[in-house]
Amino acid sequence: MSFLLTCPHCGSRPVDEFRYQGEVTRRPGPVATLRELTDYVYFRDNVAGVQREWWYHRTGCKTWFVAERDTRTNEVLRTLIPAPTGVATPQ
Amino acid sequence: MRLRSQPAERIDRNHPITFTYAGEEHTGFAGDTIGSALYAAGRRVFSRSFKYHRPRGLLCCSGHCPNCMMTVDGVPNVRVCVEPLRPDVDVRDQNVRGSADRDLLGVVDKIGGPFTPVGFYYRTMIRPRRAWPLYEKVLRNLAGLGRVDEKANGHGPYVTVHRRVDVLVIGGGPAGRAAAEAAEGKVLLVDDRAAYDASYEVLSPATALAIYEGGLVPVAAGNTLHRIRAGRIVVATGALEQPLLFPGNDLVGVMLPDAVRRMVDEWALQPGERAVLVGEAAVDLKLQLARAGVEIVAVSLRPESLSAHGRRGRLASIDLDGERIDCDLLVVSGGLQPAYSLLAQAGARIDYEPRRGIFVPTELPAGVEVVGAAAGDIEQVPAPAVLDGRGDKCFVCICEDVTTKDVKRALREGFDSIELAKRYTTVTMGPCQGKLCQLASTRLLAHETDTDESAIGTTTARPPWRPIELGLLAGPHHEPAKLTPLHQRHEALGAEVIWTGAWRRAFHYGDPAAEVRAVHESLGVIDVSTLGKVIVEGPGAAELLDRLYPNRFSDLKTGRIRYGVLTSDGGRIMDDGTVARLDDELFYVTTTSTGSEGVVEWFEWWNAIWGYDVEIVNVTGALAAMNLAGPLAREALAPLTDAPLDNESFRYLDAKEIAVAGVPCLALRIGFVGELGYELHCPATDAGSLWDALVTAGATPFGLEAQRVLRLEKGHVIVGQDTDSESNLLSARMGWTIKDDKPDYVGKPAVPHLEVREKLVGFTSDVLPPEGAQIVRDGRIAGRVTSSRLSERVGGAIGLAWVDPDCAEEGSVISIRVDGTLRPATVTLAPFYDPEGALLRS
Repeated sequence: MSFLLTCPHCGSRPVDEFRYQGEVTRRPGPVATLRELTDYVYFRDNVAGVQREWWYHRTGCKTWFVAERDTRTNEVLRTLIPAPTGVATPQ
Repeated sequence: MRLRSQPAERIDRNHPITFTYAGEEHTGFAGDTIGSALYAAGRRVFSRSFKYHRPRGLLCCSGHCPNCMMTVDGVPNVRVCVEPLRPDVDVRDQNVRGSADRDLLGVVDKIGGPFTPVGFYYRTMIRPRRAWPLYEKVLRNLAGLGRVDEKANGHGPYVTVHRRVDVLVIGGGPAGRAAAEAAEGKVLLVDDRAAYDASYEVLSPATALAIYEGGLVPVAAGNTLHRIRAGRIVVATGALEQPLLFPGNDLVGVMLPDAVRRMVDEWALQPGERAVLVGEAAVDLKLQLARAGVEIVAVSLRPESLSAHGRRGRLASIDLDGERIDCDLLVVSGGLQPAYSLLAQAGARIDYEPRRGIFVPTELPAGVEVVGAAAGDIEQVPAPAVLDGRGDKCFVCICEDVTTKDVKRALREGFDSIELAKRYTTVTMGPCQGKLCQLASTRLLAHETDTDESAIGTTTARPPWRPIELGLLAGPHHEPAKLTPLHQRHEALGAEVIWTGAWRRAFHYGDPAAEVRAVHESLGVIDVSTLGKVIVEGPGAAELLDRLYPNRFSDLKTGRIRYGVLTSDGGRIMDDGTVARLDDELFYVTTTSTGSEGVVEWFEWWNAIWGYDVEIVNVTGALAAMNLAGPLAREALAPLTDAPLDNESFRYLDAKEIAVAGVPCLALRIGFVGELGYELHCPATDAGSLWDALVTAGATPFGLEAQRVLRLEKGHVIVGQDTDSESNLLSARMGWTIKDDKPDYVGKPAVPHLEVREKLVGFTSDVLPPEGAQIVRDGRIAGRVTSSRLSERVGGAIGLAWVDPDCAEEGSVISIRVDGTLRPATVTLAPFYDPEGALLRS
């Protein structure tokens, strides 16, 4: 894995500068059934295709951002700093 | 022996260079390779083959084949045909018992045949079973090529360089140079031969090893690995000369055309006296050979049959279409094959083209181009897959000594796909990595199975393009270590220093038990600068912390401290520490020593979602911290500060900014080690003078081991040591930190679902169980010890352990396996020492 990722601040950088935090998930909220909780904590869609995921520019500007990446080709279609929603899941 | 001056020779006859081979001194010229200098000195046998120990000589002179691998200055497997000659270099044979000329293991070639068929190590040497250790010992001794000198550092030290260019051209032949000339922007050309002047940058001698995604091309240049990122990659790697398959095709004196061309043109060497030329490219050498005074005794463009016969491994005669001809040089050409390996790695398709008998790259990935011969820009008629002939062994793969007989046998045994045949016979798996045998083996398989080459296909191309030293991949030796600002103090005190994560910490200063006593009886000081230290400041700080921790901080009064445990949204314990409120909107958070970066990233991540108006700053490295602890702590501190320290003014769990010995400190009155204590956080630059003042005031420095004993006496948990990724707050008996009336916080959705399958409890015992010891109940494992120490204060062994919930009662007796026997221990729920915390509050 050696693709390039475009940090919204720093531009195109090698992927090893970043921390991968996995898919953007949907948090169920403070009250959840065990099933909702388990889905959120343990299950991932793991799509073969374009996926929204969290990245952190650890050895750079230390910014969290969302990338849209094709998991089949590692092509990164878009990166953005999501607008904070105040609630659990960024849109 | 040299020819008279050649028009384009590379050697400089005015600059002789002396070197040693097998302990004897020889002389070559500047511009020579080690191989050409040895040839000039009369050497013809350069190595012994991998399995049969057959004599081998110069074949390709291009750094591709394994025939000239020697040990150079202690580095094994150096291809001397391309290794520049340097003064005083020490060159030795390898893979021989004796010398390359007289190798005792040559006997394998004579009589080993029946015992060493393809896959013999799976087959011949498995019976009788009990003899395997003996076989293994022998095989291990014989296997491999060359010996690594454990004391030498290869060609090191190694360096890694990161670069970005617009256009990277790989290969400096005519097509590569033209592409580089035409390219725009920052252009870099990588060439494995000598440098030359150009309008663009040339990196040479250097080899592109691979093409990875994102346009990453690692390039080996001597001791330096260049990690080059290119927007556009132009592959101009040219084509590889292919050998022919015929009996005796590995004899010393059988050469490829380019080798002969280089020997004559570049190094003024005479490649033989009586030459036979077979194949189109070989026939093109007439001019060179005439210049070199070589008699051409026979020429054939497309022979029907060919076999070579040797004397002591050196070519003596051939049978060419039924005619016996005496000769000492046989130049053969099986045509060219585009060097497509880098392209295949990058994701190109490789298709067979029967008209020219080559594999060509197609469907190139974006950003990668190919020019020249590598693209298949070659005109030729395919050579026959194998030439008939009788006599000696016929090698498909000279690296691994795989013969046509071996491949045929593998086919008979059912290994009929190229990938299976490769793994079974090891064809293409040797040092040349298929450069000289990929095409040959595919065509042989097609020939033998009556299919065509497209149906057989190729094996997967993998990096690196040529063998490299592992040190080059590893790069320079880095072992990142974090040192506290007091590290030199610890060393001066003779501390035993250990690793804790990336930190180097003082484990003890000689007598950890005495250090424990000092803290209990008088005064100790420990460097806790490794604690993660984080400032959380802003209008949203209190609410952010309320949402990050199960505990509540919004009601924490300014100047007060509260313990907090971080959990994941699954309710698992992640980290712990203290939170001090320094002002309405200003909090000072400590984390575990190894957790600070993760905690800051975790805070930042949640705040990227929530968007509180808060700054989160990691000040771990900027601040030092030391914990002054013991019954005399207040008395010792008083003369060093103007701040009132009495128990009314500076209470337990108070945080105050005070000056100590002139050093501005944030003083936290907390007690990880169980005695009256002040944790002093100060600028890293002032740490030394503060430490010195505390030691002068009578504090005994204590290390990590004493701290571990002291905190265990208090039953204080170390996250990561006593907890793991399954631990939750209820099972760790820290449910009191959960403030579940808060509307939401990380981990809240999990709280109703938390299960307590086991509980973390303290225990006392007569014997000291090792950490990790099993708790056994009714013959099954029912828990484990996570921490254990001998405590003088408690008078015996104490520890923490996970046990079944119904055993987690004060006074329950549990069984711990110690040295194979079960030992009783008694569960204790309260701290072993000062259970009421009276000392902390005193």
